[in-house]
Amino acid sequence: MGLVVSAIAFLFAVAVAGAAARRLPQASTVVYGGTAATCALIALWAALRLAEGGPDATLVLPVGLPWVQAHLRADALSAVFLIVVNLGGITASLFGWGYERAHHESHGGDQDGHKEGPVLPLYPLFLAGMNMVLIAADAFTFLLSWEFMSLASWLLVLSTHREPDTPKAARLYLLMASFGTACLLLAFGVLATAHGDYSFAAIRAHAPDAGAAALVVVLILLGAGSKAGLVPLHVWLPLAHPAAPSHVSALMSGVMTKVAVYAMIRVLFDLLGEPEWWWGGVTMGFGALTAVMGVLYALMQDDVKRLLAYSTVENIGAIAIALGLALVFKAAHTPVIAALALAAALLHVVNHSLFKSLLFFAAGAMLTATGSRDLNRLGGLIHRMPTTAVLALIGAAAISALPPLNGFVGEWLLFQAILNAPALSEWSLKIEIAVVGAALALATALAGACFVRLYGIAFLGRPRSRAAGEAVEVGRAMRLGMAVPAVLCVVLGVLPTPLIRLFEPALRLLVEAGPFDGRSYQPWFWLAPTSAIGNSYNGLIMLVVIALLSVVLVLGIHRKASDRVRWSIPWGCGFDGPDPAAVTQYTASSFGQPIRRAFGSTVFRARDHVDMPAPGDTRPARLSVTWTDPAWVVVVEPLARAVGWLAEKANRLQFLTIRRYLTLMFLALVVLLVMVAVTQR
Amino acid sequence: MTLLLATLYQILQMLLVLALAPLLTGWVRLVKARLVGRRGPSVVQPYRDLLRLLRKEVVLARNASWLFRAVPYMMFTAIWLAAGLVPVFTTQLALAPTADLIALIALLGSARFFLALAGMDTGTSFGGIGSSREMMIAALAEPAMLMIVFSVAILVRSTSLAEIADFMLSGAVGLRISLALALIALVMVAIAENARIPIDNPATHLELTMVHEAMVLEYSGRHLALVEAASMLKMLLYMALIACVFAPWGMATAGSGVAAALGGVVVFVAKLAVGGTLLALFETSIAKMRVFRVGEFLGGALLLSLLGAIFLYVSRGV
Repeated sequence: MGLVVSAIAFLFAVAVAGAAARRLPQASTVVYGGTAATCALIALWAALRLAEGGPDATLVLPVGLPWVQAHLRADALSAVFLIVVNLGGITASLFGWGYERAHHESHGGDQDGHKEGPVLPLYPLFLAGMNMVLIAADAFTFLLSWEFMSLASWLLVLSTHREPDTPKAARLYLLMASFGTACLLLAFGVLATAHGDYSFAAIRAHAPDAGAAALVVVLILLGAGSKAGLVPLHVWLPLAHPAAPSHVSALMSGVMTKVAVYAMIRVLFDLLGEPEWWWGGVTMGFGALTAVMGVLYALMQDDVKRLLAYSTVENIGAIAIALGLALVFKAAHTPVIAALALAAALLHVVNHSLFKSLLFFAAGAMLTATGSRDLNRLGGLIHRMPTTAVLALIGAAAISALPPLNGFVGEWLLFQAILNAPALSEWSLKIEIAVVGAALALATALAGACFVRLYGIAFLGRPRSRAAGEAVEVGRAMRLGMAVPAVLCVVLGVLPTPLIRLFEPALRLLVEAGPFDGRSYQPWFWLAPTSAIGNSYNGLIMLVVIALLSVVLVLGIHRKASDRVRWSIPWGCGFDGPDPAAVTQYTASSFGQPIRRAFGSTVFRARDHVDMPAPGDTRPARLSVTWTDPAWVVVVEPLARAVGWLAEKANRLQFLTIRRYLTLMFLALVVLLVMVAVTQR
Repeated sequence: MTLLLATLYQILQMLLVLALAPLLTGWVRLVKARLVGRRGPSVVQPYRDLLRLLRKEVVLARNASWLFRAVPYMMFTAIWLAAGLVPVFTTQLALAPTADLIALIALLGSARFFLALAGMDTGTSFGGIGSSREMMIAALAEPAMLMIVFSVAILVRSTSLAEIADFMLSGAVGLRISLALALIALVMVAIAENARIPIDNPATHLELTMVHEAMVLEYSGRHLALVEAASMLKMLLYMALIACVFAPWGMATAGSGVAAALGGVVVFVAKLAVGGTLLALFETSIAKMRVFRVGEFLGGALLLSLLGAIFLYVSRGV
């Protein structure tokens, strides 16, 4: 434990060094190198602890409020998330190092110094904040770390303050972050009221009564859910995540949302004790809504990074579905199935952190190479950036849950858990789970369409702008930063069982069972969790058979068939030539049109407007699409109006006489004393 | 010994589906031609077409990437493997435990994913039309397919196709509303996924209505042969899937000997002939629908399958 704390302290030192030396050319090497090494150390430590088992590492630091010390503890659950966070930290540092150097060269010296200066010291602080949340073992340390993480990421978002969209995104993020922290603060307040001890150990020992527990569940879903991006609290996420530099976006989307998931798991599974069935039902319902809405939003975006941020919303929905299922099965006293669902959740946490980082890096690479993240200005990058194209293809296939990659394994496990629902006793839950299963299937299929659109428009086809046509492949560090998660996506897809085995201590801690309990024969390359529904999957054999069949096919075809190839001009409806606008190509909006028409016309009130000039008129015809975001209309705008109204009423308090202020203060004191008198009795 | 036999059966099945797929397509075309009063080509015409395509040179668009050239192989492999996973004449297949019904759907999904990408690679508008419409159809067909799987898996208590066929063969299931709903939904999905009338017309090249054909418009030569063969294989796969789940009679099971397996092959060919005739009858008796009606058609399939699954979730404890 001392090691982790010193590592986090070292991250602070790196931040100070970065701040002091930010004008020097070696500063970014020091910061990113130091951060990557530290993250590697923590991840290794966590993996070793998980593999070895043994008692939890604990440490009490005499800091913080005088009578509350800082309790730190790393149990199996913390270790799992420490691996996720620091793995993301390693790859993001690697990519970020190359990314900043590339931007330094292209934008040149001092002017850029203003732009990227704040990133260097804040980047290690952000990672330190996330690590601190994971090892906090009392409410005070937890909330302090949580706020630290939020503020560090908020400042990182602000590092691009020169871009027009950033101020609005940052303001909304700050609002939602404070809302989330307020909810968490209240939740921990309710948890600790009975005994006044804010350490997790004490909270765990005193299970709250039903009413208090219900309140805590709602507050946690609001607080952690707003950070994770549960619909309808997701509104800030697709604005704030893309605004940061790409490697920070990857960390925010791929990793910070997972810290929020950690908070949900910690409270719902660990601190609150025995769950009730409706907790899972609510979590799952919001998860299903989030999954479907997230991917529908993503399908309508033209901005690569915003599309990826909405896809994060979708994946958080899938994780919430898995968590809800685990809660339901835990409440129904079928711990093995709960372990299966929770294993699906944790696996998806790892998977999503990998492929979302990878895709954000790819977006960063595109941004570096073309200066644009608008899909309609990209195209044909597979010719100009071959390595990035291959790696991004792996990411797109993995996130679309294609076998034998890792995204599919998480989805497969989740479906196996859903299939066990008929064993539950509540009717409403059974029906809900069937509908949630359909929603998840729909979201997965739509995600496939979404990433065909992203990849097809950005990497395939003809360049849609001059910059895209002249793009050059990014540097070695950036390619390596993308290659690491891509390789892991393949490895975890082919061999998921060792990772699930590694997570088993965490599952035993939370639901007191493992997903393989009761199965006698369970080799490391075979995935067949215990379930009432017979199942088995083997990614390794699948990969081998696919490779074998491909070889047979290629050899067979090339023995028989003609090898001749003729290159020719494709038919472009009469348009051809060097025009980079390539007007006859499908655009991002036109690709999304069938799905927009099938799904978006009711949910988003999406409308196509055609501006057709009269015959003889030579101006071009235009087609524009408008849509409204129901989350803004239904949730955010009424809320904003309510806050505005309240503020106006409260405004009067600013113009009172001193006598009235004194009276108010006196009244407040009396009310507080009465409350103390009532509660202490 | 069992494993050896299962491997042998597996290889035999991989070859059998490959050999029979063009024949099925030829049969459907022949029956359709007869139904509308034409003589129609011979049933072996698809084989000739494929051989002709294989001998021709490949014409590639100037800006086609490696992905465009690799996709025919990738999608063919995925569909071939998927077709090898569905028990057609015996449930004793070596690969049965490797991938279950969910993995099979995902394999078909990968084939579609890559073909849709290939459609966008040359940057022509037809490829884009085809890809975007194909993904819209898939976005509804795939969840419907998964809900059908849920119904069947809960009844049989397994997602493994071999176990499903074994269970259905044992006759323990009886008549069930959920199964009937699942069958209707599966037929609807199969029609959509195979680009048949009324969703898509495999014989048309009219730009307003093309879906699948638009996507593969730029392919030629051996690539086109592979894409076409993969489509034929996919049609066989769906018929085999329907037969395997809803009419598994005549299939050999574990320990029933080599003769039963050979009998299974004969019964399978007969099932394909019946299935092909039914498909041709259906296609000649219905008109193609507008592309944007497809959402309603497949939404219906999704709701039917969901209803079937809900019935089972409510009526049955595992």
